[in-house]
Amino acid sequence: MRKFQMAMGITLGFILLSQVFALPAFAQDGGPTDDDVNAIARELYCPVCENIPLDVCPTQACEQWRATIREKLVLGWSDDQIKDYFVDQYGPRVLAEPPAEGFNALVYILPPVLFVIGALILFMVMRAWKVEPPAPKSKGVSVESDDPYIAQLEQELRQRDE
Amino acid sequence: MIANIGYYVLVLTFLASLYGAGAAAYGALKNKPEFVESGRYAMLLTGPLLTVASAAIIWLLATGHYEIGFVASVTSNSMPTYLKVTALWGGQEGSLVFWAWLMAAFTSAASLRKWDRDREMLPWFIMVTMITLAFFLSLVVFFENPFARLWLSADGQQVTAMLQPTGAVPLNPPDGRGLNPLLRHPGMIIHPPALYLGFVAYVIPYAFAMAALITRRSDDRWIRITRRWTLVAWIFLSLGLILGGRWAYDVLGWGGYWGWDPVEIAALLPWLAGTAFLHSVMVQEKKGMLKHWNVVLIILTYALVLFGTFLSRSGVLSSVHAFAKSAIGPMFFVFIGGTFIVSLSLLINRWEMLKGENFLTSVFSREALFLLNNFLFMGILVVSFWGVIFPLISELITGQKITVGPPFYERANGPLGLGLLILMAIAPLSAYASTTWKTIGRALWKPALVTLLVPLTLYFVGIRNPIALLGYTAAALVAFVTLYEFWRGVMARHRQHGENLPLALWRLVGRNRRRYGGYIIHLGVVLMAFGIIGIEVYQTETQATLSRGEQVTLGRYVMTYDDISVFDTNDGRNVARAVVSVYQDGKFVDELYPRKDYYYDSQQAVTIPGTRSMLADDFYVILVGLDPDSRSDATFKVYHNPLVNFIWIGGIVFSLGTIVAVWVSSGRRRANKTSSATRSTRT
Repeated sequence: MRKFQMAMGITLGFILLSQVFALPAFAQDGGPTDDDVNAIARELYCPVCENIPLDVCPTQACEQWRATIREKLVLGWSDDQIKDYFVDQYGPRVLAEPPAEGFNALVYILPPVLFVIGALILFMVMRAWKVEPPAPKSKGVSVESDDPYIAQLEQELRQRDE
Repeated sequence: MIANIGYYVLVLTFLASLYGAGAAAYGALKNKPEFVESGRYAMLLTGPLLTVASAAIIWLLATGHYEIGFVASVTSNSMPTYLKVTALWGGQEGSLVFWAWLMAAFTSAASLRKWDRDREMLPWFIMVTMITLAFFLSLVVFFENPFARLWLSADGQQVTAMLQPTGAVPLNPPDGRGLNPLLRHPGMIIHPPALYLGFVAYVIPYAFAMAALITRRSDDRWIRITRRWTLVAWIFLSLGLILGGRWAYDVLGWGGYWGWDPVEIAALLPWLAGTAFLHSVMVQEKKGMLKHWNVVLIILTYALVLFGTFLSRSGVLSSVHAFAKSAIGPMFFVFIGGTFIVSLSLLINRWEMLKGENFLTSVFSREALFLLNNFLFMGILVVSFWGVIFPLISELITGQKITVGPPFYERANGPLGLGLLILMAIAPLSAYASTTWKTIGRALWKPALVTLLVPLTLYFVGIRNPIALLGYTAAALVAFVTLYEFWRGVMARHRQHGENLPLALWRLVGRNRRRYGGYIIHLGVVLMAFGIIGIEVYQTETQATLSRGEQVTLGRYVMTYDDISVFDTNDGRNVARAVVSVYQDGKFVDELYPRKDYYYDSQQAVTIPGTRSMLADDFYVILVGLDPDSRSDATFKVYHNPLVNFIWIGGIVFSLGTIVAVWVSSGRRRANKTSSATRSTRT
């Protein structure tokens, strides 16, 4: 949470600074590069391109989206502002993951809950099955081997290890 | 004419499969073996019949019969013959027939075995497989008929139907729409069939499991009978996934091999359940434990096979693989639900009968570690399944579409995968029953000591990324433990039989192919993990728009844009092909030709990267676009993909390991012969 607040603070600070100086962030070096655009596009999905991240989607529509990102970067918008802009326009499906709020929080909650329940079940099953190991029948004979060669092999390996 | 024959053969096969299922069940219930035998003949008939139907479709595809709706939708005059033939599985209708064909072939082959000891299972095996086949055939006979003709209705609409609609006239287009350009790749020959083979082959262990439950057999006979079938299913599914990754890398133009696309995951889900099953059946064979769990796993694997097919064919998900929306979605849904409920009910009904024959004696025993392995596989399965279906649930409840993309899966599955790697290092050292942490420690300390050198060396050469350090250490531990296991075995044989080392290795593997095949598979996984960590952690990329003669730099590489040519081909493409020079550390190393192919028939473009592929890395260039004004300024996206080739090399080792493991029985036969020979020499 603190990290999130810090990030928000830094973002807000940058927004304010960019407003104060009223200069696009890339004015000095000739505007945003393709890599600047792709860094944001990578985290967005257009609604029609079937799960292809925006930075690699070859369609015309996605090219226009990337052009929009570039325009916003020139205007000095932050990454989050640009992402929010697309969410406002097209809904949360443009994000690689839904925001962890409301019903959609379930997507993040359920797997760890199931993992813990699964681990508990596993623990209980193992405990219920657990019996004291029987006394070894003869020293060095593997209990696993129904294959005579492997039995021999295991026996030899064990003798060598001991 | 051919289309009519093909369709009636499909109808006949559908009826034969229904009859086969009914006759076999009736014969078993009324104790009339002649009906069971008749059911088996019906089953054996389905293979040849579907061969005729498939041959009819292939003939129509190859000879350009565009009056057939399916042919017009997946082929065009400009396509090469091999793609016209493989278009059989390039669209909904044909792929369902292909699926049924493979299933008929597999089930018929499985039914040809000697049934002496297991005759009571035969009718139920026939019933289960023939019901599945009848379901798939019902889809093509009633909904997605590959032989349906194109007609122009009275009101000028194009319709597809088997029989002439009233007032409609036949439509005979001179050319087809052609295959989706993304599918026009040599990968089309092998990736879908491999995946399909993997999918359909799982019906065999499932059918035997059901047969065992119905006939109240509590032993592990069904597992032993289907061991090789399961491995065959598993290797084809694995190959399908790996080849799909390679194809994506070659064609999809995003510098990656796996995008957590819903349909990719849909193929991964049965693989996860199937891999858990492969491990846990060994516990039942050795210890008579986990009987319930193994049945659950095979039901789950089979249900997920159906679910995967459903996802790619119903149009319910957005995916690069999904076929168009179709009426068969609800049918699939009902069939999967029905299969799942009936199978689980049967299992619950037989619950008492399947009580384990042994207990757990140590948490470090092989069976306990296999349980943990299953737990981790199930963890990845649950995360992946949840990620795939959650957008559907969310849309249903909130009315809003959402995306669950790669970060979700990677965050959850990464640690679980790491856990599996660590387990892969420890489990081979444990024995069934009485392993303690001391015995594990004794076997582990030598490889662990050597492994320690890996993170130290990596750290020393400047690698600080914790994921890379952790991942490579775990992978190295698996590799050293596995190689140490081979070494111990080889040395034991060398001392005992005086064999030279290569011969000792050959015989060691030959005597227990399942075990050492498994180890080779583990080594393949290590190599793949090596590549996956390399590309996931250290992939770099840049994009730039260049004029001729300009260059872009990425790490140690510089790429110069030399030239571009735009031309039409005689197979219906407009190709923009760039020529770029690649320099590494200032030295010219290669010339690459990234290109963009625009297909006139389907009005789609495909990006073909130019790749300099070395063992250590790939330099991968994509021609993103050409400036429409200058017609010479071009935008390139350049990737540096370290170690990516280890994924493919690992895939080959993985496949070899499975091939070694599949021949388990012949190895055993020889082992038995040799051991009896050894015994007689000694006496």
